Amino acid sequence: MAHFPKPAVGSWTENWPELGTAPVDYTDSIDPEHWKLEQQAIFRKTWLHVGRVERLPKAGSYFTREMPSVGAGTSIIVNKDKDGTIRAFYNLCRHRGNKLVWNDYPGEEVSGSCRQFTCKYHAWRYALNGDLTFIQQEDEFFDVDKADYPLKPVRCEVWEGFIFVNFDDDAKPLKESMGDFGKGLEGYPFHEMTEVYSYRSEIKANWKLFIDAFIEFYHAPILHMKQATPEEAAKLAKIGFEALHYDIKGDHSMISSWGGMSPPKDLNMVKPIERILHSGLFGPWDRPDIKGILPDELPPAVNPARQPTWGQDSFEFFPNWTLLLWVPGWYLTYNYWPTGVDTHIFEANLYFVPPKNTRQRLSQELAAVTFKEYALQDANTLEATQTQIGTRAVTEFPLCDQEVLLRHLHHTAHKYVDNYKAEQAEKAAKTNGAVHV
Amino acid sequence: MSDLDTRLLPAEFADLERFSDWILATEPERYAKRLASSMDEMQQLYDAGMARLEEVMVYLDARFPLHDMPDDAKRLMHLMQSVVMVSFPVEVWKQPRVLDSGAAWVEITREPVV
Repeated sequence: MAHFPKPAVGSWTENWPELGTAPVDYTDSIDPEHWKLEQQAIFRKTWLHVGRVERLPKAGSYFTREMPSVGAGTSIIVNKDKDGTIRAFYNLCRHRGNKLVWNDYPGEEVSGSCRQFTCKYHAWRYALNGDLTFIQQEDEFFDVDKADYPLKPVRCEVWEGFIFVNFDDDAKPLKESMGDFGKGLEGYPFHEMTEVYSYRSEIKANWKLFIDAFIEFYHAPILHMKQATPEEAAKLAKIGFEALHYDIKGDHSMISSWGGMSPPKDLNMVKPIERILHSGLFGPWDRPDIKGILPDELPPAVNPARQPTWGQDSFEFFPNWTLLLWVPGWYLTYNYWPTGVDTHIFEANLYFVPPKNTRQRLSQELAAVTFKEYALQDANTLEATQTQIGTRAVTEFPLCDQEVLLRHLHHTAHKYVDNYKAEQAEKAAKTNGAVHV
Repeated sequence: MSDLDTRLLPAEFADLERFSDWILATEPERYAKRLASSMDEMQQLYDAGMARLEEVMVYLDARFPLHDMPDDAKRLMHLMQSVVMVSFPVEVWKQPRVLDSGAAWVEITREPVV
């Protein structure tokens, strides 16, 4: 029996009839041709989160990002101009295509600050706004006009301090694309949470499989059983998992969950070090002293069911950005960057309010260490899934009501690919038509 | 040399100096040390560190701002961060590695360093 109310239609899944209730075909996670289509249809057309504004503290600050999900070798520079404008450019010199910003190893990301960009090859120079300002031995060139050779821009927009890029010049603006969830999250004090722990992992699984793992917590009482005390683990496994609330708005989705461990009702439910440091997987128990994180101060998209037992909300912004807010006032983000049909790079960032003393610092340390312990278990399970679905011995899998967001993810990704295929077919038909004329 | 030149930790915590090879400033160093250590070694650090953890926080927070600690106080923090690092092997896994983590590898790429 449900402990938390479900929609009137009887289940979360049937609340969105377009998702159906039949087993789901996972060929979309094992077919190399399908991945190539996803790259064109999704990763070259949607807004992709590449970092927080705090990574660009002053005029001239920059960082580079390798974007293999968009295309092999694709690299961008994200920087801040003197007037505070944040821009993105292809990391490529207009002279003969050398990579513009890199140190030692061209494939590694770098960051820093500079007054201008100078190419290592022939010293062509670019201003912070991308204008070409200097050509070495300019008079050796033929009718060259510097105005014709600025750095090639990539669309770059900022939402609540999160920097996004989009490789489709015709895409709708970021804010519009963030939709109702984006609007409903505005005002959360993200800018106060600037103490960052970042993680990276190369995962041998399709990018959607890791999102699958993070948009259901049906697995939590089982896969992570050993991380709780034995009594607590047995109780959790018996009860299972039910979300407080699910919601879907267009391409994006969210899951709202219970959060009894921060702080725990009973100290015997948690491990000895958690009792001393007041922290654990759900983060530091003691709220930092900032505005905007108390239950009645939260923006409307957070804890949508207005449940007093609320613990965390996980927002899944299509295609590959997870934003997860925890009740005690911290958040984390995930990005999943496909590098092939069965490989991707997983990035995670944990954001806390900067600690004021060693007690707060060690409390955050325990949350960060705990995060990695769980991430390792989650990551390893994925390879075990990828290899087995890859055999195609079975291609369709039943998903339960607590896995409704997985249906939505695969459905949405498929819709992008189908639309792309239809557009390509239409273009081909037109071209063929032209040939016949 | 005076006592001040040779000691690693504040005098009140001199007994923890026997764990000096766990005084490591960054997560990759602490994680590597964890994987390279026996359960017995980690249990000893855990037992000694857990017994003093509360006292360490009280001591440091009464004396120094977090971002302006003398070197011996910083080393004490680094040692306590190692206690946090070994807590999972000792309290949960009973082995240095995360259970069921196989070949998976997660690396920290940016972290605040005390």
